[in-house]
Amino acid sequence: MKAKFIIPLILFAILVAFLIAGLNHDPHEVPSPLINKPAPIFKVSQLGNPSAFFSPEEMKGQVWILNVWASWCVACREEHPVLVEMSKLKMAPLIGLDYKDKRSEAMAMLESRGNPYTLSAFDADGRVGIDYGVYGVPETYIIDKAGIIRFKQIGPITPEVLEKTIDPLIAQLNKD
Amino acid sequence: MRKFILASVFLLASPILLANEATPIADDPVVEQRLIAISEEMRCLVCQNESLAGSRADLAQDLRQEIRGLIRQGKTDDEIRAFMVERYGDFVLYRPPVKPITWLLWIGPFIILLGGILALLLYVRRRGDMTKKILLSDVENERIDDLLREDK
Amino acid sequence: MMPTILPEIGHFALILALVISIVQGVIPLIGAHQGREDWLVLARPAAQLSFALLTISFGVLTWSFYINDFSVLYVAEHSNALLPTVYRIGAVWGGHEGSLLLWIFLLTGWGFAVAQLSKTLDEFMIARVLSVLGLIATGLLLFVLGTSNPFERLFPAAQDGRSLNPLLQDPGLVFHPPMLYMGYVGFSVAFAFAIASLLSGKLDAAWARWSRPWTITAWIFLTLGIALGSWWAYYELGWGGWWFWDPVENASFMPWLIGTALLHSLVVTEKRGGFKNWSVLLAIIAFSMSLLGTFLVRSGVLTSVHAFATDPRRGIFILILLSVVVGSSLFLYALRAPKSAIGGAFDLMSRETFILLGNVFLVVAAGSVLLGTLYPLLVDSLNLGKISVGPPYFNAVFVPIMIPVLFLLAVGPWANWKTTNLRLLLKRLWGAGVVAIVAAILIPRMMGDFSWLTALGFLLSFWIIASGILQTIRQLKVAKPTRSFIGMQLGHIGIAVFVIGVTMVSSYQEERDVRMGPSDTVMVGGYQVQMIEVVPAQGPNYQATRGVFEVSRHGRVERVLTPEKRNYDSSAMPMTEAAIDAGLTRDIYVSLGEPLENQAWAVRVYYKPFVDWIWGGCLLMALGGLFAVMDKRYRLRSKK
Repeated sequence: MKAKFIIPLILFAILVAFLIAGLNHDPHEVPSPLINKPAPIFKVSQLGNPSAFFSPEEMKGQVWILNVWASWCVACREEHPVLVEMSKLKMAPLIGLDYKDKRSEAMAMLESRGNPYTLSAFDADGRVGIDYGVYGVPETYIIDKAGIIRFKQIGPITPEVLEKTIDPLIAQLNKD
Repeated sequence: MRKFILASVFLLASPILLANEATPIADDPVVEQRLIAISEEMRCLVCQNESLAGSRADLAQDLRQEIRGLIRQGKTDDEIRAFMVERYGDFVLYRPPVKPITWLLWIGPFIILLGGILALLLYVRRRGDMTKKILLSDVENERIDDLLREDK
Repeated sequence: MMPTILPEIGHFALILALVISIVQGVIPLIGAHQGREDWLVLARPAAQLSFALLTISFGVLTWSFYINDFSVLYVAEHSNALLPTVYRIGAVWGGHEGSLLLWIFLLTGWGFAVAQLSKTLDEFMIARVLSVLGLIATGLLLFVLGTSNPFERLFPAAQDGRSLNPLLQDPGLVFHPPMLYMGYVGFSVAFAFAIASLLSGKLDAAWARWSRPWTITAWIFLTLGIALGSWWAYYELGWGGWWFWDPVENASFMPWLIGTALLHSLVVTEKRGGFKNWSVLLAIIAFSMSLLGTFLVRSGVLTSVHAFATDPRRGIFILILLSVVVGSSLFLYALRAPKSAIGGAFDLMSRETFILLGNVFLVVAAGSVLLGTLYPLLVDSLNLGKISVGPPYFNAVFVPIMIPVLFLLAVGPWANWKTTNLRLLLKRLWGAGVVAIVAAILIPRMMGDFSWLTALGFLLSFWIIASGILQTIRQLKVAKPTRSFIGMQLGHIGIAVFVIGVTMVSSYQEERDVRMGPSDTVMVGGYQVQMIEVVPAQGPNYQATRGVFEVSRHGRVERVLTPEKRNYDSSAMPMTEAAIDAGLTRDIYVSLGEPLENQAWAVRVYYKPFVDWIWGGCLLMALGGLFAVMDKRYRLRSKK
């Protein structure tokens, strides 16, 4: 068998290997380029108190969690109970970023379903979201004491992710 | 008399006046032009493979507005692209940046092309050596033409 | 409506078809290997029976759609009672399960055609060819019955269906998949012939002669299918684009490129006995691309507007099918190909070389499309990040690779087989060269804007057309042109027409994005478009707002256009139906955007010069293929 005739088969085998690997990846997911970079600065009013403001600067020195949510977002409702549990565990302050929402509807949701957040920042036009590379809600960031983003969860936090990834990471970051 | 002339001018002109030239949607066509050029090469992140330029999705509209702002601030195309990549990664660019990970992508086809042409030349050369050659000279070709013409 | 057992019959027909396909795939193949006549002869009847069973099955599914049988899950998911009949039929292939059934139906159809139209072919060959087709059908039937059964029931039956995506409720979309699949699936015949010849060890010119008409026919359908899809995207999606290098578009384009290379390679194999191994390899690759495309669209590995609803199980199954079919054929190729004898000799300067050179470019072009389409997957699977590869890449890489092909198109037919004289070639071509250069300089001047890329487009297209005309004139002086010759000229000129369309539209189209109220006008491409009014309208399953626009030139109203904004009962998203005034030299395209204040609307108006030449060129190519297939050589000899 002359060598060159087997080349097509070899190339095909390589192709199939990649296709198999591809089946395990989600082509829609956009991983964040902000991991291990400083959390972008912003200053917006708070949801509950329009005359008060919030900026990530205030959280320096602590490990904290930023959860992007909205009252119009169905998946956020699914995630909500997990967040409530999380807040009870008091691992790290949970700050909400209410994304492109109406104050009244957002407040109503927190009223009826419980408020897991220490506070929620109000991102009316979504510009903070853009700076954080938000493309779908809910998204959650874990930020360390120096203000560096260490982890991003795309989509709702599940109990599994909470247990396997978020808990250990926060414990780790708290030690540093 | 003047009133009459004025009135008739208005009457005659009214069909033209009634038909208005439509105004562009964009506030600034120049900015819009640049926006389209830049956003056409970017992905709408919440769509199933549409460009940022054409998508009607909320996020796409927000991002286009953001880019308009950047253009007005005088940012260059490269700076705007960097802005987007900073936030969404290389995934947002439809034109893959040329970096080591994409060298194979950009150069690969041309290397294979060169390889293919070389292989072809070698193959034909080798083949030719294996069999005898027959050549029709110019003279013979012209004779054939003449014969064919006569045949008609 | 009382549930009937018709869907069960359809399902049962598929199960029977599986059994028959296994028989068809295995018995004749062994028979050919062992020389058993009685096993060989099973091939034809098996192929005929498979087709009959698939006709029943497909017929039952179509009937279920026609009568709105919502006790069938697939019908309930893709159709509803308000859907007009035409679209109810189109909905049969609107989803994964149904389109896969269409695939297999057409596969058995091709098998049936081969069984009927090859009475003069050697029994051993026919047995092998039909066996291979049977094996492929087996694989696909296992897939359908295992993971994608279209006859699954819904009890209790739904009151009404979910309806078809409004985007698919369009005549273009009704015909596009069947046309496309006829092409995709049709390449299975060339593939089967290639495998049969490798198995038999008889790799000769006769094989090429048999393969060629089947290949051309499949290619014609694929050309039309792709053109339909492109044209549909143009008028339906509202932004006037006609090709987006979307992964699914690429999945249909790659087999086309390989198929085109194969067509030309077969010419050489048939005429001169050369390129046998290459033609066989191309035949295998062409069909592999079809299967790969099927995988890409249904597995969820790539992001695409076209992708069917995905299920990882399906992805795995198709991948296994793909690996088995392609892997075993390439293995067979590696074993048997080296044994075939070499064909006729030819010089470096000869028609053979030109065709082979064209092949190299076409195959590399297909490779670049494959690379671009799969690269994001490649990078992601190695955990090296996520990138996108879109139109800017493909335009930058694909176009330069195709330019030499366009150049060669005009040269090849002038070259003689075996050997040709360079001086003679130049003598024949200089006239076309002059015409091309003149066109490249003059036309952009006339249109008012010169750019090198535009000039190149006209240079190449007129080069091809002028050369083709000169060839035809010369041929007419010698003898009556064969249908093959006419086919070649039409095919090549078709490409030139296509290039003119693309060049004109890309370089000279105009777009106005404006705010229009009643009586407002906008100028575009020398035409005046005036909004007359906006009125409500009603369709069978939608409510709409209709804009009425008058298109005039030199003060005379030429056409009234009525674009609509439709709200389908079944979808929350409003749909834009653009209105197009199509003409030989231009389209005027009007599309309604969002409503604004004061009765005004955001309106998009395009002037698209020569855009219909894009699909006109494709039609010419398909017509060329038709002539080539109808050549006297392929006439079935009625005596046997």
